[in-house]
Amino acid sequence: MRKMLAAVSRVLSGVAQKPASRVLVASRHFANDATFEIKKCDLHRLEEGPPVTTVLTREDGLKYYRMMQTVRRMELKADQLYKQKIIRGFCHLCDGQTLLPMQEACCVGLEAGINPTDHLITAYRAHGFTFTRGLSVREILAELTGRRGGCAKGKGGSMHMYAKNFYGGNGIVGAQVPLGAGIALACKYNGKDEVCLTLYGDGAANQGQIFEAYNMAALWKLPCIFICENNRYGMGTSVERAAASTDYYKRGDFIPGLRVDGMDILCVREATKFAAAYCRSGKGPILMELQTYRYHGHSMSDPGVSYRTREEIQEVRSKSDPIMLLKDRMVNSNLASVEELKEIDVEVRKEIEDAAQFATADPEPPLEELGYHIYCNDPPFEVRGANQWIKFKSIS
Amino acid sequence: MAVVAVLVRRPLEQVTVREAINQGMDEELERDEKVFLLGEEVAQYDGAYKVSRGLWKKYGDKRIIDTPISEMGFAGIAVGAAMAGLRPICEFMTFNFSMQAIDQVINSAAKTYYMSGGLQSVPIVFRGPNGASAGVAAQHSQCFAAWYGHCPGLKVVSPWSSEDAKGLIKSAIRDNNPVVMLENELMYGVPFELPSEAQSKDFLIPIGKAKIERQGTHVTIVAHSRPVGHCLEAATVLSKEGIECEVINLRTIRPMDIETIEASVMKTNHLVTVEGGWPQFGVGAEICARIMEGPAFNFLDAPAVRVTGADVPMPYAKILEDNSVPQVKDIIFAIKKTLNI
Repeated sequence: MRKMLAAVSRVLSGVAQKPASRVLVASRHFANDATFEIKKCDLHRLEEGPPVTTVLTREDGLKYYRMMQTVRRMELKADQLYKQKIIRGFCHLCDGQTLLPMQEACCVGLEAGINPTDHLITAYRAHGFTFTRGLSVREILAELTGRRGGCAKGKGGSMHMYAKNFYGGNGIVGAQVPLGAGIALACKYNGKDEVCLTLYGDGAANQGQIFEAYNMAALWKLPCIFICENNRYGMGTSVERAAASTDYYKRGDFIPGLRVDGMDILCVREATKFAAAYCRSGKGPILMELQTYRYHGHSMSDPGVSYRTREEIQEVRSKSDPIMLLKDRMVNSNLASVEELKEIDVEVRKEIEDAAQFATADPEPPLEELGYHIYCNDPPFEVRGANQWIKFKSIS
Repeated sequence: MAVVAVLVRRPLEQVTVREAINQGMDEELERDEKVFLLGEEVAQYDGAYKVSRGLWKKYGDKRIIDTPISEMGFAGIAVGAAMAGLRPICEFMTFNFSMQAIDQVINSAAKTYYMSGGLQSVPIVFRGPNGASAGVAAQHSQCFAAWYGHCPGLKVVSPWSSEDAKGLIKSAIRDNNPVVMLENELMYGVPFELPSEAQSKDFLIPIGKAKIERQGTHVTIVAHSRPVGHCLEAATVLSKEGIECEVINLRTIRPMDIETIEASVMKTNHLVTVEGGWPQFGVGAEICARIMEGPAFNFLDAPAVRVTGADVPMPYAKILEDNSVPQVKDIIFAIKKTLNI
């Protein structure tokens, strides 16, 4: 009894003593799964949409929670490093705490709805997807800090990260959409039932090449899921000022579409499963609009208050944090305990700290490698430097 | 009978540039099922300039794809397909229209292998007619050799003869990098003798190597694409006057084979470059700059000279158009000037 009291008091005093909390946790019975109601999606040219209830298993819930927390903490850390000028250039983040869009539910929810053998391509707000597609926080942060341990060896930076079946990270607004349709063409060509998730923002949605991609994807029935992440602002321009029609899920015209609550990871997951099944059945492309909200500025250099009110930001933040939403659901349905989730928080924090340590300590890429990776599979050759006497070796 | 046929020496085939490109694509489509062709009118129309004649009939809808008029869209689709492991040939009806898609060629294709630190390759070929045609006026006559040749990450080839066309298209398709092949509409119908090696299914011309079409001792003439023929004509005329020109067919714009040019200049002491494109920031300008930076400079007996298209948007009227592109007489004049004759 005394031991039990001591253990409890240790936990309550805030020290995360593993053995004690394990004792507490193990003595509780969690539900294996729970059913939740999710928002109905608005539909365009579709008779039926995704289900309005879904089952979340304890295992999945913990996994999603950890992933979302990791993405959020990673982005917060990037925010910090950028303010310290350790990260340079552009830094488009996707967390919901600082002045940045709350898109953790999107990247984790989308991944939950597809297979690792499916494909994904997005624009420049890509760190979260880089993680959910399989890269480590370490190599992502090290790429942001421009070090040799970065996933692109320091050659790409924030906007150019690649992984297996993840095609970046693309800096030119809208260009990734035809690329995604092309990846879908390869999926169909190879006949393997794979799909390609092709993401773009509400700002990009007005790019002409997207409509060219819609046309060809529909004509050729490409297994492409076009996904518009609508965070209601294209940089400083609100959707009402940029688009004659802000029903982005309808903009594919002849392509069926659905509008999804992008702040609810379960909603995103179900919609993605629905869309993927549609594509895999050979019916052609489909369009998903994920409604999210960008709390902060467009990027690190934008405080985000010149074009909207602080009240607006505060209200949305307090009501739709996707991580809070998942946490509340899990705790209230006995899928997990508050302490357990706190433990995950602590682990995630440590993982991020370690990664940040690495990312700041790892050396920059060696100057000799400046000329590397011009061509693939070619014998070495010389690349000109700033003047004719400076030469860099180029190796594939 | 078959044994006798092998012993008899096969005559050299006369093949047009169009047929050569067609053969090259056909052979590569057959060899590797990941190769496919897309572009406007490439399938059912047999190609706007009939370069892909017969391919759709042979390979079908999956491998020969007609696209809507959406250059930016279909170029992006082609690049995406290449990123996912296929080997597309993306045809631009002319390279003038590639301007609509140039962001995909440069930002999505050329730079990606570098930006990804060597993770993501883009094995794609962009091909089509480039430069002046006949009477098609300003918007349909631009040469893009300098524009594409400017960009690291791209390979840019510019065939002149049928042998060039066949060997280069095959090398381009087998190359794991984005390759831009600048063809010439006026050359499509020109027949050349295809040497026997070129009749092999594995005949390849290495990208990045120039060819000396004609040996000479008095002056080095460097050209690419159709002007190579004009240079050879000029050389024939000048030979009667005792001037022997060494004519170099660049074959590749990027990476440029400057060594072959340098070795030649060190022999002849004179250099004339010839191209169809505009003079400013052009292929000739680059050659001159590089010659100055290298060992060949000290061997020049006169400044290097450029022969180019006129610095105007291409006019329509025949007399104006004729004088907006380098003619044989312009090349001869430039050669004599540099030789101080």
